[in-house]
Parts: sequence; C-alpha cells; structure tokens
Amino acid sequence: MESVRVMPRPVAAVCAVVVLALLVVPLLDSRYLIDLFTEIMIYALFALSLNVLIGYSGNVSFGHAAYFAIGGYTCAILLTTYEWGFAPAFAAAVIASALAAGLVAWFCVRLTDIYFAMLTLAFAMVVWGVAFKWRSVTGGDDGFVGVSVPAMLDSRIGFYYFTLAATGLSAAVLWLICHSAFGRCLVAVRENRIRAGFVGINTRLMRWWAFVVAGTFAGVAGAIFGMFHRGMYIESAFWTESATVLIMTLLGGIYSFFGPAIGAATLFVLERLTNEYTEYWPIVLGMILVGILLFLPDGLAGLARKLASYRSRGG
Amino acid sequence: MLRTVDLFKHFGGFVAIDGVDFELEEGEKHAIIGPNGAGKTTFFHLITGHLRPDRGRIEYEGRELTGLPPHRIVKAGLARSFQRVNVYPRMSVFENVQVALMARDNRHLTMFRIGARFNRDETLELLALVGLAEEAGEQAGELAYGKQKQLELAIAVAERPRVLLLDEPTAGMSPSETEEAIRLIQEIADARNLTLLFTEHDMTVVFGIADRITVLHNGGVIASGAPDAVRGDPQVRSVYLGEGGDGAA
Repeated sequence: MESVRVMPRPVAAVCAVVVLALLVVPLLDSRYLIDLFTEIMIYALFALSLNVLIGYSGNVSFGHAAYFAIGGYTCAILLTTYEWGFAPAFAAAVIASALAAGLVAWFCVRLTDIYFAMLTLAFAMVVWGVAFKWRSVTGGDDGFVGVSVPAMLDSRIGFYYFTLAATGLSAAVLWLICHSAFGRCLVAVRENRIRAGFVGINTRLMRWWAFVVAGTFAGVAGAIFGMFHRGMYIESAFWTESATVLIMTLLGGIYSFFGPAIGAATLFVLERLTNEYTEYWPIVLGMILVGILLFLPDGLAGLARKLASYRSRGG
Repeated sequence: MLRTVDLFKHFGGFVAIDGVDFELEEGEKHAIIGPNGAGKTTFFHLITGHLRPDRGRIEYEGRELTGLPPHRIVKAGLARSFQRVNVYPRMSVFENVQVALMARDNRHLTMFRIGARFNRDETLELLALVGLAEEAGEQAGELAYGKQKQLELAIAVAERPRVLLLDEPTAGMSPSETEEAIRLIQEIADARNLTLLFTEHDMTVVFGIADRITVLHNGGVIASGAPDAVRGDPQVRSVYLGEGGDGAA
C-alpha cells in the first residue's frame, strides 16, 4: 500500500472515454442524439445526487423529485416571469433547492428507515401540491411554459455543451465529496450508525449534510431540465418521478459512485426504445425492477465488477 | 475521574440499574462483574450515552455527562468497545480504523479534499499494534471473530481516549485468543496511559487485569475494592456460588 490510488485506473479510463464520446456527439449532426444525450446527462446527475443519500448515507428517499422540481421551477420562473439574468437565476435555483433540502432534512434526520423515507415522500407531496395549486406563479397543471433561455444557450448544440459542462462539473464535485473524509465517514454512518456515534461522529449532522448535498445537485439537474424543455410541469414533482430516479439509482448500483449514472442512461434509453414498440412501458419497468431486486442487488455496476474480477481471475 | 451518583434506569417494571454510586480513579484498571442480568451492560450504556438514565448523574472530571449524546461523550475522552462485535462490515479493516481517526481529528465534515490519505500512517500503526497489519485490505465483515474483536479494540483506542470502556472484551474467544487479548489490552493500556473500565465474565481475565473490582447484583453495587478483598467477600461468594441470582428484581 505504498500509494493510495483514489480512482482506480480502469474507472479513470472509462470516464475519459465517456467524456470524449460526449464531446463528439454533436459532430454526428443528429438532433435526436443531441437531445437524447442532453436528457441522459440531466438524469444521470439527478441519479448521482440521489445516491449520496441512498448509497453513501444509507437513507432511502421517496421524494427526491421535490428538489429537482424546486430547482427547475425556480430557475424557469426567475428567468421568465422576473426576467433575471441566467447566472443569478441559475444560482438562485440551486440555492433554493439547497435551502428546501436543508429544511426538510432537519425533520427527516430525526427518523430512520421507512419512517425517514415516508417523511421525504410527504414533503415531496407538499411541493407537488404547491406547484399544482399556485397557478398564478407555477402555471398549475398547465405547466410553466415558454421559459426564456439566454441567447447563448438557445442553440441545440450550445445547450448540449452547457449541459455537458454543468453536469460534468457537478459530477466531479459530487465525486470529490463522496471520496472526502466526509464521504468515508458517511459510509461508516451507513454501515453502523451506532458505532459511528461512538467514534465521535455526529451522525444526525452527517445525514443532514448528505441530504443537503443530494438536494442541491438535484436542483442543478432540475434547473437544466427546465431550460432544456423550455418549461416545467408538475409531473416533475410527482412521486412517480421520485420513483423513476430511485429505480435508475438501484439499476445502476448504489454501492458504486458512477453506477446511478449508468442506471439513468440505461433506463432512459430503454424507455425510449420500448415506447417505439408498445405503450406498456410501466410493465417493462416493473419487470426491470423485479430483475434488479432478485438478480442484481448491486446493480449494473456490481455486475460489471463481478465480470471484471471473474475475467482477471480466469486470466 | 469518572463518577456516577445515584444512577437509576428501569425498563418497564424491570429495574436494571438501581441507584448506583460509582467512582473510577485515574489510571486504575477497574472490572465490573456480576451474574447475567446484573446490569453491567446497561451501566456501560448509561455512561457512554447510549441510554439515558431515569435518575442520577454522571460526571467526568467534574463535568456533567448526563444526557449527552455518544459523540459528545467520546469527544470528552471516553471511548468504548462493544460486547457483540460492532464494526463497519462492508468497509476495509483499514477504513474502519481510519474513520475513527478522522472523527477524532474532526475531519468528518471535510468535504472538498480527498480523504483516502488522511491519517494513513497512524492507521497502519494502530493496525500493527493490535496485530492486524496483514489484514488491512480485507473487508471487516469477513474477518474471523477474534480478529474483529481486535479491530474493535483498535477503533476504540483510535479515538485516543483517556478512559477506555470494554464490554466483555474476550466474550466468545478461545482460551488462547483470550490470553492474547489480555496481553494486548494490558500492553495498550500501559503504553497509552489509559484508565480502564471493563466488564467480564471470565474470572481469569478479571483477576489477570483488574486492580479494582466492583460487583453488581440486581442493578446495585454489593461490593467494591481490591481483587483479594472482593474475592473473600461473603456476599459476593453467595451471589456467585449460591443460587446464582439471575432473576429479575
């Protein structure tokens, strides 16, 4: 153990290849692919943010869409209704998500397990309710449409590169947080909350911070999402959206940093493909979920790890 | 150094700790013994903040600890190990100890620096001290039972406590493992100037380590003093040799 390699070489190599591939996607000159990858990157960040809470702190949230929606609506409303500039609107959206997460987390970290999860769901339903009923501001169930996007992000390719930069940077920051002393101690809290308390860790405070980090980056994803679609809709705050991102995270693997991003990409593409042939996507989704829970407890990332170790042992 | 005054804890109708006055002197190796159900583990849970007393006070160096959460009590200088193995099973042996060191140095909220390199040398030193240098990279949950107990000790010591509380440090060990554990505990306590408070069933361990013994029975102290005095105490003899006294109060 002479030196500590913080990112294993194969993982770093895959990251580099993925970033390079994403950089050249617009050169393919396909509007379909550019839009597809823009949305995949947004959902990948959304899932990565949720995993700080699930994979690292060991708390399952059923209401993560709330912070995605708060980020999305705040950015969209400030840009459009109040004609704020892009930078302050985007920053305010992220701060709003962080504050909302901080407030909700203050209550939630007092609970654990299913009670924690149900409380996150309850707060998310409140957020959905506000988006639904506060028609004058949010547009209610008609959605908040016609978001004005700054000129530099108006082109499809421009927006694509903005999304790549913003999600890439966010993922890098999340990676650092998850591999910091905080991240490591957070895993200890997940593994054994009682023991972690007895080495001097304030476990409630750790879980609070994990919630805030998760909510903040969900807000980043939401803000990008609203601008990309030129609108925000209450479905983004609904519990089914929280379930979708939860399934993405599980599918990718909660015990891996990048797993949820893989899960997000996989699920998103599967949904697109399925919808071309049948309208029964929920059935397919259900079968995928059964598959993960029964056969892939560590998700696709776990499967990849198993295959890699099998290959290296097999020679 | 550590003192409890009229400590009282009940679970429903069962009185687990019944007005215990207790005093731990700096530098001593103090054993708490008693039949099953005497309240030893409850007493530990009270001192370390895992349970709240229903009545009474806990003082450490003149400072009141009563009602503080475990993480504050650890910071005050009291660390503990657990009767049943209590490690982070999916983390490596190295990380198990490293996390304790990070927490001691208040790095557990440091988010924007890579954590893997923090406290590396000290972690390796501690692992060597408890004889786990070879196992540093293994998953803690996959260690043999005796080794997990050693790891548990390393985690407790990592916090650099002044008082170390060990709850049955040799429970479940083979005679040879027990002997090794006693040697290790004594070595560490001497090297680090630790005041030791431990519970134990195994009388060889008790008389091998302790320079003072307190006997609990039905939640109350029935004797306290030097090992020889306690061994000769008629009430202690009747509790241990008589009917066993396992019943609830």
